[in-house]
Amino acid sequence: MSNQQQQQQQPSATQRLQPKKQTMEDAYSPPANFLEIDVCNPETHGLNKDRYTDYEIRLRTNLPVFKLKESSVRRRYSDFEWLRAELERDSKIVVPKLPGKALKLQLPFRGGDGRFDDEFIEERRKGLEEFINKVAGHPLAQNEKCLHMFLQEQTIDKAYVPGKVRTT
Amino acid sequence: SFFGLVSQGAEIDIVLDGQESRKTAELKLEDGRKERLPLYYDGETVSGKVNILVKKSGTKLEHQGIKIEFVGQIDLYFDRGNRHEFVSMVRELARPGILTQGVCYGFEFVNVEKPYESYSGANVRLRYYLRVTVVKRLSDLVKEQDICVHTLAQYPDLNSSIKMEVGIEDCLHIEFEYNKSKYHLKDVIVGKIFFLLVRIKIRHMEVQIIRRELAGSGPAALNESETLAKFEIMDGAPVRGESIPIRLFLSGYDLTPSMRDVNKKFSVKYYLNLVLVDEEERRYFKQQEITLFRRAEKRRRPIANSYIEQAIFHHRTAQFGQQQQPTTRAQQQQSQATPPLTTPEDAAAAAISPGRHGDANNSAADSPELESGSTHVSPALPAARSAPGIKDVLGEDDDDNY
Repeated sequence: MSNQQQQQQQPSATQRLQPKKQTMEDAYSPPANFLEIDVCNPETHGLNKDRYTDYEIRLRTNLPVFKLKESSVRRRYSDFEWLRAELERDSKIVVPKLPGKALKLQLPFRGGDGRFDDEFIEERRKGLEEFINKVAGHPLAQNEKCLHMFLQEQTIDKAYVPGKVRTT
Repeated sequence: SFFGLVSQGAEIDIVLDGQESRKTAELKLEDGRKERLPLYYDGETVSGKVNILVKKSGTKLEHQGIKIEFVGQIDLYFDRGNRHEFVSMVRELARPGILTQGVCYGFEFVNVEKPYESYSGANVRLRYYLRVTVVKRLSDLVKEQDICVHTLAQYPDLNSSIKMEVGIEDCLHIEFEYNKSKYHLKDVIVGKIFFLLVRIKIRHMEVQIIRRELAGSGPAALNESETLAKFEIMDGAPVRGESIPIRLFLSGYDLTPSMRDVNKKFSVKYYLNLVLVDEEERRYFKQQEITLFRRAEKRRRPIANSYIEQAIFHHRTAQFGQQQQPTTRAQQQQSQATPPLTTPEDAAAAAISPGRHGDANNSAADSPELESGSTHVSPALPAARSAPGIKDVLGEDDDDNY
């Protein structure tokens, strides 16, 4: 090849590399990373000593790894504790912390409603929402059966067989 | 040095030849301070004068001989006793005797080999220095003077781009591309990131330059990583099909050439680290090694006068409207081509073509990267620098050169 040819083809040192064209569909479709989880509608069930509070876990997504694109289940704090323990044992991720256990509030002779106090429930709700969004968005956590059961099955079967969802 | 002080009665001073006009370079000392040292290249003669001043006139300084050494050595910080000298030359300055007044000795280490570049790192240091020793019965007087050495490399013949598809299955697939695999220290990294699949929520993306220094060998070897630069290339969430350009100018950072197994003692490697950060601060990254080399600096004046001649020649023929027959291949290219030579290949062609002998040899004397004695046919000569751009050639509209 003659030097003259080379010379004319020589790009400037800072010239961009040629990009591939993006299709209109790719540019304007909803993004493929849509995942929204709300922890809302806290409800206290039962009477007196046997009371407990649970929350609605509402999920909307277009990620193929989730079987249902929309789901709604009710979960209580101990269910979240169970999920965290399962993920810590089976997945390789560093699982974020849950909001506090409210042990101080359960001492006798404390004023107020203790762990059924509106303010406390709201703080806990926010912490749980933060927790579940962080966890559910983690690619490695999305591989775990326990996460899918927690988010999309009406009841948690604690006698399930732990395992991975994706084969990779 | 501790020994060369007033209490010992003599002051030693090393003065290098041509110090005023010589280029300097900055090197980091062990304690982190930076020092400006005279710059030398492989094959260059190191010469100068040693001045020894007897402090109090009238006192006698009895000695067992005075010598000067040129030393190149590698220090491993964690192995203090281990100083490996890979270059060591001695010149005797004076036989045993007595000094009563100031004295000056000249020294010359002719064309001394300096095979490696000076390097000051986290766990290892490579330095070159002159050491004057006045041998005495009880304790020697010693004075050291460091110099800095740069090694130059030619533009590599083979410099393929780096292109790779990486990702996490079903979550994130990207294709990254960097225009070259070998970059000189004032180069530009041009590249792009293409998104094939984006199922995570990305917040931003950056490119980092990482230096990894491996000092020592075997189980005692120490690996030290340092992030030298962080350069954000994208802010926001991309979708499939988007391309993000990269343009990273290296001259803004404190870089050295890549060093491979220097004297089997240490290595310095450079990596480009592409980092994507998602909404939850999770980091996804891909490291890719690149090679850095030091190229000879461009000069204001073109290296070979032949370029000027060719440009003037072309200019004149245009003026008088005469088609002169080009006598050499290089001239032929010049008269046909607009703009002038810009590729290293053209520069090499100009250097090799007959009739350029005299010019090439002159530039050999100027060109610091050559060992003395290299011949005019070496294609390494101008290929190591890029040929002058349009400005350089047209600026020298000087008939005297022609």
